[in-house]
Formats: sequence, structure tokens, C-alpha cells
Amino acid sequence: MKRFLKITALAGAILLAAGPSGQAAGEAQHPRDGGFSFANLFGTFDRASAQRGFQVYKEVCANCHSMRLLSYRNLVELGLSEAEVRAIAATFTVTDGPNDEGAMFERPARLSDRFRSPFANDAAARTANNGALPPDLSVIVKARHDGANYLYSLLTGYGQEPPAGVTIGDGMNYNPYYPGGQIAMGQVLNDDQIEYTDGTNASADQMARDVTTFLAWASEPETEERRRMGIRVLVFLAIAGLLAYGVKRKIWAELKTKSA
Amino acid sequence: MALGLHKSEVKNPLLRWVDERLPVITMIQKEYGTFPTPRNFNYFWNFGALAMINLMIMIATGIFLAMHYQPNTLMAFDSVERIMRDVNYGWLIRYVHMNGASMFFIVVYIHIFRGLYYGSYKAPRELLWMLGVTIFLLMMATAFMGYVLPWGQMSLWGAVVITNLFSAFPVVGDFIVTLLWGGFSVDNPTLTRFFALHYLMPFMIVGVVFLHVAALHITGSNNPLGVEPKGPQDTIPFHPYYTIKDTVGIVVYLMVFAALVFFSPNYLGHPDNYIPANPLSTPAHIVPEWYFLPYYAILRAVPDKLGGVILMFSSILVWFAVPWLDSSKVRSMNFRPVARIFFLLWCISFGVLMYCGGKPAEEPFVTISRIATAYYFAYFLVVLPLLGRFERPMPLPESISRAVLGIKAMGGGPLPAGAAAKPMEKA
Repeated sequence: MKRFLKITALAGAILLAAGPSGQAAGEAQHPRDGGFSFANLFGTFDRASAQRGFQVYKEVCANCHSMRLLSYRNLVELGLSEAEVRAIAATFTVTDGPNDEGAMFERPARLSDRFRSPFANDAAARTANNGALPPDLSVIVKARHDGANYLYSLLTGYGQEPPAGVTIGDGMNYNPYYPGGQIAMGQVLNDDQIEYTDGTNASADQMARDVTTFLAWASEPETEERRRMGIRVLVFLAIAGLLAYGVKRKIWAELKTKSA
Repeated sequence: MALGLHKSEVKNPLLRWVDERLPVITMIQKEYGTFPTPRNFNYFWNFGALAMINLMIMIATGIFLAMHYQPNTLMAFDSVERIMRDVNYGWLIRYVHMNGASMFFIVVYIHIFRGLYYGSYKAPRELLWMLGVTIFLLMMATAFMGYVLPWGQMSLWGAVVITNLFSAFPVVGDFIVTLLWGGFSVDNPTLTRFFALHYLMPFMIVGVVFLHVAALHITGSNNPLGVEPKGPQDTIPFHPYYTIKDTVGIVVYLMVFAALVFFSPNYLGHPDNYIPANPLSTPAHIVPEWYFLPYYAILRAVPDKLGGVILMFSSILVWFAVPWLDSSKVRSMNFRPVARIFFLLWCISFGVLMYCGGKPAEEPFVTISRIATAYYFAYFLVVLPLLGRFERPMPLPESISRAVLGIKAMGGGPLPAGAAAKPMEKA
């Protein structure tokens, strides 16, 4: 039985290493490792980077991409003060209503409002973007295989010559990290395109890194709490397990002497 | 037996009053306290209890999820993300439920593996085994419908692929599909009925689990030697020996569970299911959850749709017949060296099918799937019926206590070592 188990376990390990969802290799290039602080099993989000990332999202990405599952209040978790977040929210105008007279009206956004979407609906978004629909970014890191590294690679993967024989469609761009290699989104991050409020040098690589950190946080804002709780749970279970095993040994030892 | 109060031996007067009128305490004492259990279980015998715990975890988390979930195509995806973000510990409840499904299948697959290796399905436990297969079928239906509820891309397209399978059946096929859909495509009526059924079926599982356990307590448990207990020297009371041994197993199981939930909650899922369902955009590769991959591979191994569907369903239905397909009188494969090799190959074929099910339906995976499918069925339909007639099993121990405690412990006198084991007589 022991040898049997060993062989089965080995076969299982090989299968597990092969990956559970059996992601097809596809045509896209494997993403580069961004070396993110949160990628580590016990890692945390770099708050300063995530805050800068929000700035990149607000000034660049938000022109086309919505994040409809996030509210302005969520930004407090990024380390911004409530007053700062109130001020950020107030710079956006949202439609509210109907009021007492049944009319819709516009007002500055509050903490409780969802992030304002750039387009009224998908059709409007497609019309403004050459027929392509910019995906919502609320859970984008969870929604792509190896999400953070993929986004980072994609954002910094422009400007390469397409391999011979590949013709890029009208209004499309070559990016080796995108499945199929042709992406409607152009290169959006360029050196010194924005001015970081904390004075960090806004290289394209830095901006890609920062916005990826922000989006990773937005996709799984519970990550840090989850990992902290996980460590406590595992420590508790390890102690409980040792106790249970000790008790088991003791009870079974009594059994053996009794029947001898 | 005369009617009247039950003769209770409970000391506490209040509990005694209850027990005389409804002898639940006597029952628990009999079935889980003094219940005579073979003394030689290994840790594989934990997995029934683990499955029970897992079922309770799924029901508990599921009820809380249902309080916040919206079974509507327009709101389902967002309501799940709202649970993740705004409900207190909603992320924990959902990740436990989501990974709990995977843990349930891991536990139950090991439980089934245990049954197949140690011949737990053989007489007199045929019905016990068949009830177990029924539970597994209900679990599969429940898991499939649960995966549809978050209404991501894999939810929708998985539902489209699986429900469409029923259209392969002649005459009634289209009727069944319309009934499943509640319309003419997978849409809101499908989601609402899947939610209703997903909430119902776990309680059906509870019912069959009750029968499964009731049947177990009639025949008693099998054991690693596959030799029935012959007397009190072969058994020990369930409590405290197996309650504490199960506790050890439960803690280890919870550690694996916790590692998944807290450190890699989406590892076993597919990223595409975080893309909201879109009927106009088909994912490049539609793959079911990992625990369905072997059957998906069997389905795709057959070039004919109806044939594939029939073979896929047969791959589980054949388990019902295993007690009669296996001609060997020896239960435990510890004493069947040849059967062990064939069973190992079967386990490998199952793993290979799981691997191929996650790959696109192209070569070499189709051919590999076909070979593995052929062996999967050959094991049940050819190997098990014939092997019992030709193999020479190793000698079985005379009794559990002899095998476990040795001869000296029995005080049986100076027997030569070989005499303890009686050669298996061919039936």
C-alpha cells in the first residue's frame, strides 16, 4: 500500500504542477515578472505605489475604462485621509435624482458614490473607441491569468516590431502579450506624461508598475487582511493539530496495553 | 416490543425524561459511542467524516451567501463582488464556499478511491456503495449549478455547453433542454431555477447521506484488511478511539482548506469567470471546473455527440454495477497484487483524463483521451470481472486482531509464524 500511495502521490504532483485549469498556451507571449511586493505569499501592497497608481488611473486610464465596482470611499483603504478622498470625489460630477420635482440633477460626487464611468453605456464606449469596448477594470487582475504580471507586461509591451508575416489591422496595435498580438488600445503610457504629486519620476515603466499595483488592490482589496487572518488560522490549527495528535496517541496507547 | 417509555440508562433526570420519550441519546450512544468498529482503520477512514464536515460547511456558508446574492442576470455578478467587498467577512464566506466545493470533491474522490482499493463495495455493502454513488451524482449537479450562479463567462458558457448535451438525446432532447433553460437560451429563467435547485439539492444530499450512514451502521465498516470482525477482540468502540482519530484528520483537512482559502483562493478557479457573462462573446477555451475535467475528456473523446454524452454518463453509472462486476471474493487489494497494478493504471487513466479535459480538443490530447477512456471502462467491464477468476490472492489473515496484535498478544500459544495466516480458499 505504501508504495502504491507513493506512486499515486507522484502522479498527482505531476498533474498538479501541470496546472488545474489547463490554460491553453495560446499565441500570447508569457508575461514578464514584475516583481511586485504583493505577489509574495505574505506580501502587502506598496501604499505609495498604489496611490500613484490611482493617479495614473484617474488621469490616463479613466478616459476610457470604468471601474464601476469601486466607490470613492474605498480609496481611504489606500492610506489617503477621508478629507483627501472627499476632495478627490468632489472633483467628479455625477447625476443624481429624481428630486422632489422629478428632475435629474448633477452634483459633486460623495464618498458613497461609485467611480464615475467615462461612458453612459457600452455602445457609447464602442463608438468612441473605434468599435472596441474598453473593459471595466474593477476586477481585471483576477480576470486575467497571472493578472498583475500580464497587465504590467501589456502596458510596457508596445513599440515592438511585429514579427514578419503579421499584418496589423487598421487602427490596431501590435503587443506580443495580448492574445493574438493585436490590441485596439494604443500605447497610453509615455515617459513624463503625468506629474506625480509625490515627485516620483513618472517613467512609463514606473507608471505601469504603479497602476498595476493599484488595480491589483482594487481587484482584491481584502488580500492583506486575508493573509493576516490566514497566518493566525494556520498557527491555531497547527497547535490544535499537535494537541489532537498527542491526545490520540495517549488514548490509543491505553488501548494497546489493555488488549495485550 | 410493548409500547411505552423507552428504558433509558441516562442519569441526568431531564435528559432521561427526554430519552424515555425519544431515545436520541441512547441512539447516539449506540451509534457513535459504543458502536463496535474494526480496530485497524488507517487514515483513509477519516474521509467519510471529512465529507460530512465539508457538507455542513457548504450548507452554512451557502445560507449566508444566499442572504446577499441576487439571482438575476443583471445583478448576479455585481452582487457576488458586493459580497466580496462590502459584506462583513463576505470574502471569507465566499472563498470558503468556493474552495469548499473543490475540497468536497478532493475529499470525496479520496473516499471513493478508498472504497475501490479496499473493496468496500462488496457484499454486504452493495447498497451502501450505491447510495454513495447517488450522493456523488447529486454533488455533481449541485456543483455545476453553483458554478453558474456568479454569472461570469465560464458560468454562462459552461451552462450552455452542459445543458446542450441533453439535446443529443433523440425525441425528448430538445424538450429537456427547454425545460432546463426555462426558455430558448441560457438566460435569466435558467439562472433563477439553477439558484432554486442549488439551494434544494444540498438538502437532498443530506437525506441520502442519512441513508448512507444508516446503511453503514447495519453492515458495519470495512477495514484495510477487508476481513470482517469475528468478535469483540477485533473491534473497539467508536468513541473515544475514532472520534479522536477523526479529530486529527479534521485538523489536517482544515489546514489544507485554510491554505487554499487564505493564500490562493482563486488557484483552482478560472480567471475568465471574473469577466461578466456575455452571450455575444465566446471564450477561447471553455473548460469546466477541475473536478469535472475527466468526464469532459471522455465526452470529447467520442466523435459522435450522443455517443459522447452516453459514455460520459456511463463513466459514473458504471460505478453502480461495480459490486457485481468485481468477481473477486477478496476485498482489500493489499492481498491482490495483480489487481493493485490494474487499479493503479485506472487511477493514472483518471488523472490523464483530468489533464486532457483541461486541454483544447486537439491532438495529441484526443488520442490520449481515447486510450485513457478505453482503459477507464476496460478496468470495470473486463479487468474486474475476469481478474477474480484468474489471479492468486495472497493469504488472508485469520482475523483482524491476529493481524494487528500478532500472535503473542492473543495469548494463543506458540504457533509458527506461517500458521497465523490461513491461505485464501478459492470460491
